[in-house]
Amino acid sequence: MSLKKLDFSILQQCMHCGMCLPSCPTYDTTKRERNSPRGRIALMRAVATDEIPLSKSFADEMSFCLGCLACQSACPAAVDYATLFETSRAEIEATGVSVSAPRRLLRFLTLDLLFTRPRFLRVVGKLLRFYQVSGAENLVRKILPKRLRELERLTPRMAAQFSNDLIDPVESGDGSSKKVALLTGCVQDLVFSQVNRDTADVLLANSCEVHTPSVQPCCGSIHSHNGEPEMARENARRLLDLLPPQDFDAIISNAGGCGSHLRHFSKLLPNDPRAALWDAKVRDVHEFLAEIEVRSPDVAPFEEEKKVTYHDSCHLAHGQKVTLEPRQMIDLIPGIERVDLSESDWCCGSAGVYSLTQPEQSQLLLERKVGHIRTTGAEILLTANPGCVLQIQNGVPELKIMNPVSLLAQAYRNESKKL
Amino acid sequence: MIGALTALLGAENVLTAKEDLVPYSFDGTATFRELPVAVVFPRTTEEVARCVKICREHQTPIITRGSGTGLSGGTVPTPGAIVLCLVHMTKIVEIDPANLTLRAEPGAITADIDAAAAEHGLFYPPDPGSMKISTIGGNVAENSGGLRGLKYGVTRDYIMAVTVVLPDGEVATFGNACVKDVAGYSMKDVFIGSEGTLGIITQVLLKLLPRPEARRTMLATFSSMEAAAETVSAIIAARIIPCTLEFLDQMTIRCVEDYTKMGLPTDCAALLLMETDGHPAAVEDEANRMAAIARSHGAMEVTTAADEAESLKLASARRSAFASLARVRPTTILEDVTVPRSHLAEMVTFIAETAAKLELTVGTFGHMGDGNLHPTFLTDELDEEEMKRVHQALDLIVSKTLSLGGTITGEHGVGLAKKMWLRDQLGDASLNLMKKFKETIDPDCLLNPHKIFD
Repeated sequence: MSLKKLDFSILQQCMHCGMCLPSCPTYDTTKRERNSPRGRIALMRAVATDEIPLSKSFADEMSFCLGCLACQSACPAAVDYATLFETSRAEIEATGVSVSAPRRLLRFLTLDLLFTRPRFLRVVGKLLRFYQVSGAENLVRKILPKRLRELERLTPRMAAQFSNDLIDPVESGDGSSKKVALLTGCVQDLVFSQVNRDTADVLLANSCEVHTPSVQPCCGSIHSHNGEPEMARENARRLLDLLPPQDFDAIISNAGGCGSHLRHFSKLLPNDPRAALWDAKVRDVHEFLAEIEVRSPDVAPFEEEKKVTYHDSCHLAHGQKVTLEPRQMIDLIPGIERVDLSESDWCCGSAGVYSLTQPEQSQLLLERKVGHIRTTGAEILLTANPGCVLQIQNGVPELKIMNPVSLLAQAYRNESKKL
Repeated sequence: MIGALTALLGAENVLTAKEDLVPYSFDGTATFRELPVAVVFPRTTEEVARCVKICREHQTPIITRGSGTGLSGGTVPTPGAIVLCLVHMTKIVEIDPANLTLRAEPGAITADIDAAAAEHGLFYPPDPGSMKISTIGGNVAENSGGLRGLKYGVTRDYIMAVTVVLPDGEVATFGNACVKDVAGYSMKDVFIGSEGTLGIITQVLLKLLPRPEARRTMLATFSSMEAAAETVSAIIAARIIPCTLEFLDQMTIRCVEDYTKMGLPTDCAALLLMETDGHPAAVEDEANRMAAIARSHGAMEVTTAADEAESLKLASARRSAFASLARVRPTTILEDVTVPRSHLAEMVTFIAETAAKLELTVGTFGHMGDGNLHPTFLTDELDEEEMKRVHQALDLIVSKTLSLGGTITGEHGVGLAKKMWLRDQLGDASLNLMKKFKETIDPDCLLNPHKIFD
């Protein structure tokens, strides 16, 4: 797919009214139109009509865009920015305007190798875990040059056990009335596997039979956002084979970034009849719990009352339009006082691999987010995307960060202790 | 010239690469596009003045620009022009609660100005649809209106002084903080609404009001546009001046609902958004009377916003009307005709009939209390035949407007989009005086040339 072949009306849909400008974190930083949604769409249109070539400068601009989709929430004209953005990135990769040897190697290692081979990814995860706990890490940190040392510090801490160690392929409680599939993700699986366990627990406590295949392919979100639609399609097909949507009442995701991509398989595979059904069944876990009227826990998750605040992951808020449900769920939990976070749906700068590709802009956004979090005085930050957790934790190492589902799971667990 | 501008402003404030310029080739208006030769970002009045002198030496036209949300092509570059963009001059310099004034740089965002005033219990009433991103300099240059025009007037009514860089690079301030001032011609009024053709506004002194203590927002639904228009006339005849009387037709309601998902009634022919503000007792009384008048003029239902948050939601839904209409077709051609209020119902009917006759899709919304209508044609600029019919319809609507004693533009300005009709409205004597004025102040025609008139 290229910008020229794309239905031109998608580009024309932008009537450049400018309503997107105040929502765009990069325009807010530079105040330059090319760094704004309507400016980028104007460039895409210029590429599509041969007014400008598909240049390195164009590629840089698409790399500078966070892909946070805040502009899509702000756009009254319903411009499909996600499609325009992913098409642009795919065309940039296909034409190779921004190719360099280290970049190619990095993309091969991550997109081709790691994120298409879930078993291999887990092996690498185990090795990383060994590296991190064995003391090798401290040694390496002493000898690495500064730039690499900074990057090395960004490596997430691997969990001791991954999702398949914590969750059985099929689990059910008493009187399960709904059959759901639980997607364990990639980063979530390796780094935050406990969030997957907590998600399963909360679903079990709400009368679901939970199916969690022990080996799951990546959802393809990372490939789609980074200009590799063919790999994204391959991953989507594997998921459809593994979890036929007709077999489940819902397919549950608990990571904002994955969920946003998972809902659009029919765009990726327009000729696969399973894709539309899949899209209709995908739910963010908070959204699903709200639909089935989640049970309020009787007891608090902690002994003392806790003040919490909620940060919207971009792809949950703007990509999936799920903003009320997590808040409503948090408000059901006793012993928890939720305070509003200002600019809660402003990107934290994580944005997939953005903190690696655009460290300066990423850092600016992180500082802005951290400032707002500190102002709330909250002891716990709740958010529902592993990328955001890693990024914000990096900015405030002492802050406790949890997925809202984990908070609920903790409260349910305390109920059984009380009995 | 680029060298001199770069030496003055620094390379990071002068853009010349094509990828940087393409996004400055348009504003919020459909179908107009032209590349500038450069975009510059001065940060002080002094820098603006020196940019003007450099451009004058090279006889290069200057297009002054803020956020580029204009709706008449006012900031679309003319061939060979540079864009002088003021988005870095955003300071709110001072708020003076003793004199009820606020001083700001031209790039300050309209909504930020009202928010700053609110911190002191004060109020900046003009609220154009794009207030979240529009700049105050652009508002002054276009004399922008908004949703509260009926009671509070337009931008002009809140300008006490403007500092302007003139086409020869000199800096002049017109007006002051005095409520009364009759020293000489009211030159500030010449620059308000001059669309960047006479000078570059680099500072404004705004008048503020005490913030109204109470506000009540209501929605009334009607089975015909005429009934809504008659309700408006009846409210005004009952000696009530609400701050807002906005209407949306069915096409617009559906698009806005599609965007906001706030549960607007999509099955009615017209919707009236009514708001009154002021002393709580007066608000209560006016709101009750307005609801009663709406009911007695055929309103199907009248509902009241539960709280401030819901009021704000309704107003912002209305502000999204124009861009929401863009959902339907690729190109959105927006008009801004305004008629004396007594002819409103007639004009609304004429627009609907014209669209039907020419087989065009139109969504109409606007400021019913002001007689200011925004018929918006939903079309495709690539379809030449249909675009011809759109222009035919616009010509008919403009003729009708003028025959009713109306104006071709109530609040968007003439720019490029409406200049072909300006002579029809003004007549020769008036237009020629305007041109003479322009020639006197800007003899080389360097500031926003070919806008308003040729």
